[in-house]
Amino acid sequence: MNIKGIAASDGISIAKVYKLESIALHVTNDLVTDANSELEKLKSAMEVSSQELGKIREITLVNLDEEHAMIFDAHIQIVNDPEIADQVKDMIERENHNAAYAFQTVTETFATIFESMDNDYMRERAADVRDVARRVISHILNVPISDPTLIDQEVIVVADDLTPSDTAQLNKKFVKGFITNVGGRTSHSAIMARSLEIPAIVGTKNVLDIVKNDDVMILDGLAGIAIVNPTDAEITLYQEKHEKFLAKKALFQKFKNEKSITLDHHIVELAANIGSPDDMAKVLDNGAEGIGLYRTEFLYMNNDNFPTEDEQYIAYKMVLEDMPKHKVVIRTLDIGGDKELKYLEMDHEMNPFLGHRALRLCLTNVPLFKTQLRALLRASVHGNLHIMFPMVATLDELRDAKAILKECEKELTAEKKAFSTTYKVGIMVEIPAVAILADQFAKEVDFFSIGTNDLIQYSFAADRMNQKVSYLYQPYNPSLLRLIKMVIEASHDAGIWTGMCGEMAGDQIAAPILLGLGLDEFSMSASSILQTRELFSKISYNDMKELANKAISLGTNQEVIDLVQQTLKGE
Amino acid sequence: MLEKSYKVVDEAGLHARPASLLVQTAGKFTDTIDIVYKGKRLTLKSIMAVMSLGIPQHGEFTIEVTGDHEEEAHAAMKKILVDHSII
Repeated sequence: MNIKGIAASDGISIAKVYKLESIALHVTNDLVTDANSELEKLKSAMEVSSQELGKIREITLVNLDEEHAMIFDAHIQIVNDPEIADQVKDMIERENHNAAYAFQTVTETFATIFESMDNDYMRERAADVRDVARRVISHILNVPISDPTLIDQEVIVVADDLTPSDTAQLNKKFVKGFITNVGGRTSHSAIMARSLEIPAIVGTKNVLDIVKNDDVMILDGLAGIAIVNPTDAEITLYQEKHEKFLAKKALFQKFKNEKSITLDHHIVELAANIGSPDDMAKVLDNGAEGIGLYRTEFLYMNNDNFPTEDEQYIAYKMVLEDMPKHKVVIRTLDIGGDKELKYLEMDHEMNPFLGHRALRLCLTNVPLFKTQLRALLRASVHGNLHIMFPMVATLDELRDAKAILKECEKELTAEKKAFSTTYKVGIMVEIPAVAILADQFAKEVDFFSIGTNDLIQYSFAADRMNQKVSYLYQPYNPSLLRLIKMVIEASHDAGIWTGMCGEMAGDQIAAPILLGLGLDEFSMSASSILQTRELFSKISYNDMKELANKAISLGTNQEVIDLVQQTLKGE
Repeated sequence: MLEKSYKVVDEAGLHARPASLLVQTAGKFTDTIDIVYKGKRLTLKSIMAVMSLGIPQHGEFTIEVTGDHEEEAHAAMKKILVDHSII
């Protein structure tokens, strides 16, 4: 049986269910004849309660601190309070009341006094008295109450909701996760679970009614799914998922805040590709050293009409402000080919990938282009902006685009609108003609970024949407590697840098070669960054230079794959 | 019997933390130790008693010790009150 809820804290656990419920204690007013037996019950209930509270104190001290632990010193004092004890004994001996009733009556009197005080602090102490009373009375009645601190085997705690003190008392050694009926991702129990680093699911509505104590449960805090009494196959599957999660987490902790550096101290940048400011949380979580590609077309595609200058400005500003220390490469509109806008009529073309797309389209639709460039310039004051033009084929196109950018600068100056004078301008290298003439382009831009998907399809003259020619998608083919090498060398000769945006940069076979070819920046999906950083930490730049030299002298795609795999196995 | 009077300056009054320490310390003496507030006399060896008095800021109370360690007990109580900025 599967239970769905809100994934509140990452991780996977498999353990027995422990239901944390508030069981009703039925205290009757029955009179007794054997006062001594009642006094015995009272005495032993008080002793057991004191011991339990002592244990809770220790666990709280371990889980939290002395300050929180001291709360339970006060609880122990309440249990052993002579004033309470005297009054309770009086009620039992003189009035023949049963121990539970007497204890409840006396403590409730005190709780009521506290509650009526003109002092918030004292009013809250009424809850302490009732909490302690509940514990003692449960022992008098011999009804066990749930107590998370007394758990002594691995469990998943199931509850309606968990209060801050409940979660504080959870023993991390045994409590492998929790799942509740109520709550959301920002509710207290969710936040607490994340700080205790145990998986949690909240807001299931009815988990407490569905499961029984000692049911086996798989708690998948990544997906927000719990499986009750799973099959062996499910357990195996989730154990594997758990291992993967742990491995990833270890990687995460080790490399998140580290530089991307090889064994021989060669440093590169591992940046992220994004489609909208919403992606930034994940980018920051994965330790990206910049944005290597912000695809602005999603801003256009998720809209019913052209986004205004202000709308665009806000989106760009958000991303720049999230990356105060690193560069942010924002690519101007790249539509056409396989990407269309429902509100922009485009000619039907025989070969859309070879047609009127990206920068070509912008250069013939200057008002559209200017709106975006003005928004970018205005956003430039909020960070380290790099503007990148896609699908450049000739120097003339680049010069035209830069001229329009200059016009926008003039307009903004005239309108007294601020922009930074230190923003950078670069181009995507995705057309072989540009790769071959890279030395000339390098004189007129601040950086290159290689777009691999298009560079491959144009190099091999193979439509990447056509399944029948998909075998020609050959990212490791030496001819492509030679093109990349030309681009990188031309940029370095001119004193500028080359990055790569596109999944090839995060590919575990391509990345070592690219490193060896001298690529400066690798931009990929955020989820690939940490494993690439780990890969680089284990290899040396010098070895990879040698590897890259060997690779470009080979003949086929497969030969390069074999070479890399063999080399890395030996490392 | 030796008695000493105090006036509470702490905003929270004679609150649970110092009250709890007073009771703990009082329990270590064989002497009879009472606290008197607004005419009510209760044992200082009961946390419930002390807390039920609910002595607020500006409240004036008296501690009375009867036994063999009157000076010593008073000194211990006063130290707690001073350490916790109650008086």
